Amino acid sequence: MAIKTEEMVLNMGPQHPSTHGVLRLELVLEGEIIQKVTPHIGYLHRCFEKHCEAMTYPQIVPYTDRMDYLAAMGNELGYAVAVEKLLGIELPPRVEYIRVIMAELQRIASHLVAIGTYGADIGAMTPFLFAFRDREVVLNLFEITCGARMLYNYIWPGGLSHDLHPDFVRLTREFCTYFKPKIVEMNNLLSTNRIFIERTANVGILPLETAINYGITGPMLRGSGFKWDLRKDDPYSVYDKFDFDIPVGTGKHGTVGDCWDRYDVRIKEMEESVKIVEQALDQLPEGDVTSAIPKRIKPVVGSVYARVENPRGELGYFIVSTGGTSPFRLKVRGPSFVNLGIMDVLCKNHMVADVIAILGSVDIVLGEVDR
Amino acid sequence: MIIYDFLYNLVYSLFQSALVSNIVAMTICAALPLIFVLTFVLWAVLAERKVSAWMQDRVGPNRTGPHGILQTVADLIKLLQKEDIVASENDRPLFNIAPVLVFSGSYVVFAVLPFSFAFIGSNIDLGLIFLVAASGFVVPGILMAGWSSNNKYSLLGAMRSAAQIVSYEIPTLLVLVTIIMITGTTNLRTLSEMQTGYFWNWMIFGGPGLSAAKFLFIPFMFIGFIILYISTLAEVNRTPFDIPEAESELVSGFHTEYSGMKFAMFFLSEYANMFAVSALVSAVFLGGYQSPFGYIGNLIHVTWLVPIEQFFWFAFKGVFFVLVQMWLRWTLPRLRVDQLMALCWKYLIPIAFVNLIIVGLITVL
Repeated sequence: MAIKTEEMVLNMGPQHPSTHGVLRLELVLEGEIIQKVTPHIGYLHRCFEKHCEAMTYPQIVPYTDRMDYLAAMGNELGYAVAVEKLLGIELPPRVEYIRVIMAELQRIASHLVAIGTYGADIGAMTPFLFAFRDREVVLNLFEITCGARMLYNYIWPGGLSHDLHPDFVRLTREFCTYFKPKIVEMNNLLSTNRIFIERTANVGILPLETAINYGITGPMLRGSGFKWDLRKDDPYSVYDKFDFDIPVGTGKHGTVGDCWDRYDVRIKEMEESVKIVEQALDQLPEGDVTSAIPKRIKPVVGSVYARVENPRGELGYFIVSTGGTSPFRLKVRGPSFVNLGIMDVLCKNHMVADVIAILGSVDIVLGEVDR
Repeated sequence: MIIYDFLYNLVYSLFQSALVSNIVAMTICAALPLIFVLTFVLWAVLAERKVSAWMQDRVGPNRTGPHGILQTVADLIKLLQKEDIVASENDRPLFNIAPVLVFSGSYVVFAVLPFSFAFIGSNIDLGLIFLVAASGFVVPGILMAGWSSNNKYSLLGAMRSAAQIVSYEIPTLLVLVTIIMITGTTNLRTLSEMQTGYFWNWMIFGGPGLSAAKFLFIPFMFIGFIILYISTLAEVNRTPFDIPEAESELVSGFHTEYSGMKFAMFFLSEYANMFAVSALVSAVFLGGYQSPFGYIGNLIHVTWLVPIEQFFWFAFKGVFFVLVQMWLRWTLPRLRVDQLMALCWKYLIPIAFVNLIIVGLITVL
């Protein structure tokens, strides 16, 4: 005798503790097994791209901060690289080095949030607070640099808004020595925890081919075992002057491309970022940081696409100029938005609890998904 | 029941009526554990917040009273003042009765807990069995709460919770049967009295006496102790088994829709349960209210001091295991539903069975 059963539709979010903002997931459940996941986005849409068409080029910088608000330095860097490419500006070396330091510190801060909230999603609150404690130190470094802790308006097309604080180099070196043992601590507390491995290994496996077909970038792509990092493969700024590795997923506790691999890639990337910051501090040249900033940005007719490796993946800016002081069109390729598209593939036939684990490992920021 | 007799005689000398003295003595005896539970919960909620704060490099509550010790009181007052919200689509009778049922389920357990030789709410011979049976009483309450909330998260949480509590009672019982086989009693006071003397008479060290069997028991008693602790942890829905209220998945599980005092009832019963299972573990394996090394009262010949010391040891052991529960909660992530069930059915139950059989063989020999 067949019992008549019904699928349950569960709305997860937009007010839900683990959707990392205002994301709404529509889950079709069979018992606790997921049949289908549909992400609904747009709750945080602020018409960023349309706004930009009415703004001059320097005015757009604070708007880029508000896309991926956990990696604002990376957003600014991407925009600055795009505009400089459009204008063809040469930068003083000091500017480039400071930008790299900032972008890497930002990567550490952003990955700390990703890892901490991931722990909280799995049910461990302590790693979350440990991660935020360490992120606080990075934010303090940003604060003495430009006065802001999240939305900096620091990296401008052609230069930087300020030079470094006199204490910055010393404090950053202190942070590097402080932070390395903290990664070990996080590994002991969370990464090698048996329950954590049980929850994340072999969950949400993303095969490499699927990842490439969906245009996945960043730690997710590397978690699937593909060594692709724009800092190495399409170098911008001065990244070609540093020695660092690209960590990839190894499938140590399960299959290559599972949630644990994506988590592990982030942990290892933090170690690499510390390495880059230390090298950049050693090589930091003297010089002026504002000299190359153009008085008035009015590019010639044309278009440009520039991309940088943000903590969440490839962040691309496509700018079309018709020769005015503001862009005719500015299109952003947001990594969170693209990565979110794979939720349905990853979640199929997993349980409700796994949706949280998978969403956490995708690591989206809704500010960038919706823009 | 020394306290009961004392109260009975006291009232009888005043009113000369057996009925009145019975009622008064009964009521006071029934209310005494409640006072203990409420004080314990006030302390435990604060302790949980302080312990988590210390573990997480934070300060914790420090604004209400010196070092924040009045924080729980303030929270309680806040909860009392809150509006009691019942949504229009809730199943009203079930929704209202569920918190009461859950709390009575966890409170009734305290009737058989031996606080000391002088005080045990009801010294029944089936104490151990009653304790397990009564703690299963919370299951219908949780199911009612989940169903009547008319909320999908609550329903999922309630279903998980019911499945979890029912499954984990099996390893609990298997371990308790092992103990019953050795001691031949299910009376909790008799059980505690058997483990009197020094700590090597505790069940975890093979029980009283100095026979060869005692030493053979020791490894199996340790296994039993660990199984019992894990499964009681799951029965009270604590991390790593807190999936019924997994806040990152199900918001707060079966009590998502509750507010004010009804929510407080769930909260109260959760903490009361924590102590009850800790007390069970210590009564079965760690001598209950027995001191690990003699009594000061016996030493200085003040006999009325002994029950008070026993109460101290009972509370101390219970609180100790509650602190271990907190420690685990703030260290470990949470298991998934199927992993939780696998742990119970694939590991704990077979191990408990083998443990039972081996102990049985040793007892026969």
